[in-house]
Amino acid sequence: MQLLGHYNYWIFVLLMMTGFYVVISTTNLVKKIVGLNIFQTSVFILYISMGKIIGGTPPILLESDRPLLYSNPLPHVLILTAIVVGVATTALGLALVVRIKEAYGTVEEDEIRRLDDDL
Amino acid sequence: MIAAHLPILQVAVPLLGAPLCTLSRSSRVAWALALALCGWAFLASLALLLRALNEGPFSYALGSWAAPWGIEYRVDVLSSSVALLVSALAAVVTLYARDSVEQELDGDRIPLFYTAYLLCLAGLLGITLTGDVFNLFVFLEISSLSTYTLIALGRDRRALTAAYQYLIMGTVGATFVLIGVGLMYLTTGTLNMADLAARLPLAEPNRTVRVAFAFLTVGICLKLALFPLHLWLPDAYTFAPSAVTALLASTATKVAVYMLLRFFYTVFGPSFSFHEMALGWVLLPFALVAIFSMSLVAIFQGQVKRMLAYSSVAQIGYIILGVAMGTATGLTASLLHLFNHALMKGTLFLALGCVAYRVGSTRLEAMAGLARQMPWTMAAFVVGGLSLIGVPLTAGFVSKWYLLLAAIERGWWPVAVLVIAASLMALVYIWRVVEAAYLQSPSAATARVVEAPATLLIPTWLLATANLYFGIDGTRTAAIAGEAAASLLGVVP
Repeated sequence: MQLLGHYNYWIFVLLMMTGFYVVISTTNLVKKIVGLNIFQTSVFILYISMGKIIGGTPPILLESDRPLLYSNPLPHVLILTAIVVGVATTALGLALVVRIKEAYGTVEEDEIRRLDDDL
Repeated sequence: MIAAHLPILQVAVPLLGAPLCTLSRSSRVAWALALALCGWAFLASLALLLRALNEGPFSYALGSWAAPWGIEYRVDVLSSSVALLVSALAAVVTLYARDSVEQELDGDRIPLFYTAYLLCLAGLLGITLTGDVFNLFVFLEISSLSTYTLIALGRDRRALTAAYQYLIMGTVGATFVLIGVGLMYLTTGTLNMADLAARLPLAEPNRTVRVAFAFLTVGICLKLALFPLHLWLPDAYTFAPSAVTALLASTATKVAVYMLLRFFYTVFGPSFSFHEMALGWVLLPFALVAIFSMSLVAIFQGQVKRMLAYSSVAQIGYIILGVAMGTATGLTASLLHLFNHALMKGTLFLALGCVAYRVGSTRLEAMAGLARQMPWTMAAFVVGGLSLIGVPLTAGFVSKWYLLLAAIERGWWPVAVLVIAASLMALVYIWRVVEAAYLQSPSAATARVVEAPATLLIPTWLLATANLYFGIDGTRTAAIAGEAAASLLGVVP
C-alpha cells in the first residue's frame, strides 16, 4: 500500500531513468535533447510532490474549522526557476544542433565522428 | 556604504555589465567594459578577502531578509580567496583576450563573446559567495550555459560538437545537483547551508540524506571532470578559443572543487562525509587512476593543447587526492594546488594562445624550433611547465611538497611514491614540447614567424611571474590555505 501511495515518486524515477536512457542510447542529437528534457522534467515532479503533505495546513488563523487545501509554495517557486533553466538549456542545445547541421550536414553522432576522422 | 553591499555587488555588477556588452556593438568598447568590470571584481574580492582575514567570516542578507528565510551570502577565507582567484585570472585573461579574440573570432561576435564571458564570471563568483544551495544551482547553470556558448565560438567545427557534448554532460551533472538539493530540502525543509548543517545531523541518518549525498557527489564530480567523468573536458579545452581555454582551465574546474568542499565539509560535515560515507576511500582510487592514466595519455598527444587538457584532468586528480586524505594537511595541500594549478595552467594556455596567434596551430610539429622565433613565449611556457612538474622555486613545488607531507603524515608511503612518479611523467610530456621548440630546427612554416605582440606577452608573463613569486614565497598562500582548511574542518585556528 505504501508503495502505491508514493506513486508520484515512482513516476519521477521512471521518467528520470527513461530520459537518462534516451540521452545515453540514441545517436541522434535532437533526440538526445528530447531525452535530456524528459530527464529534467522528472525533477520538476519530484519538487512538486514534496510541496504537498496530506493534511498539511498553512500557518494562518482561520475563522472556521474547515480543513484547507494547502501546498507549500516554495518548491513550486524553486521549480519555476529550474523550468527557466531547462528552457534555456534546450534552446542552447537546439541552437548548437542547428549549427552542427550547417557545419556537418547531419545530426547523427556516428556520421559526425566519421566526418571528423577523415580530417 | 558600498563596502557593506560588496558581496552582492561582486556578482550583480558583472551580471548587469553583460547585456551592456551586447548593446555596445563595438568589440573594443565591449572589451574595455569587460576589462573594467573584471578589474572591479578583482578589487572587490580583494577587499572581501582582507575583511574576512581581519574580522573572520561574515554574512550578507540579500534584500535584508534574515538568513534561514532569505538568501544569505556567506564570506569566509575560503570563499573570498576562491573569488579572488577567479576574478584575478578573469582580469588577466581579459587583458589578453583583446588581440587573441579579434584574430580568432568574427568581428560581429566579439561583443557577444564578452557578454558570455561576463555572465560566466558572474556565475562563478556567485557560486563562491552564496550560502544558499538552490542559489548555488542557479549560478552553476548561469556559468555553465555561458561556458557552452564560449566553447562553441571556437574556429574549428569540432568546437560545436565539443560544446554539445559538454552541454549534455554538464546538464546531467547540474540536474543531479538539483535532485540532491531537492532531497535535502525534503528531509530538512531548508535550503540555507548553515541551517542545513545544523539540521542534517538531527535527522536520523536515513537513506534520503545518503542518496542526496551520492547525487551531489556525482553531479559535482561531472562538473570538475574527475576521472572517469572527464570525457567532455579534452575536446572542450582543445577546440575552444585560446582565451576561453585559459579561463576555463584556471577557474571553472576550481570553482567546482570549491563546491565539492562546501557540500562535503560545510553542509554534510566532515564526520558524515568521511566516516559514515567513507568518502576518502571512494575518491582515492579515482584520484590515483586520474593522475596516472591521464598523465600517460598526455604523453602520447601530438596536439599540445589537448596534451595540457589531459594534464588538467591529472592535476584535478592531485587536488582530489588531497581531499580524499581527509586531514588538515591534505586539505591545505589540495587548496594550495587549486590555487597554484590555476596559475600554472593559466600560464601554459596563454603561452599556447600566443603560439596559436602567430603560427595558427598548436600541434607539436608546428612548434619545431619556435624558441628562436618566439623566445619570450616559449620561456613563459617553460616556467609554467616547470611549475607543473613541481620544480623547486616554482608554485607547483609548494603544493606538491604539501601533498607529499600529507601523504607521509597519513602513512601512505605508496601514494607519496606515486605522486613523485607522476611528476616525472609530467616532465616527459613537457619535455616533448621543450625539445621540439628548443632543440629542433625550425620548419619552413615557422622560420618566418615573429614574437607575439606585447599585449599578449604581458598577461602571459604576469601569470608566469606569479608562478615564480608564489614558488619563492609560498608562506602567504600556505597560511591562507591553512586557515581555510581549518575553518572547513571546524578547528578554531
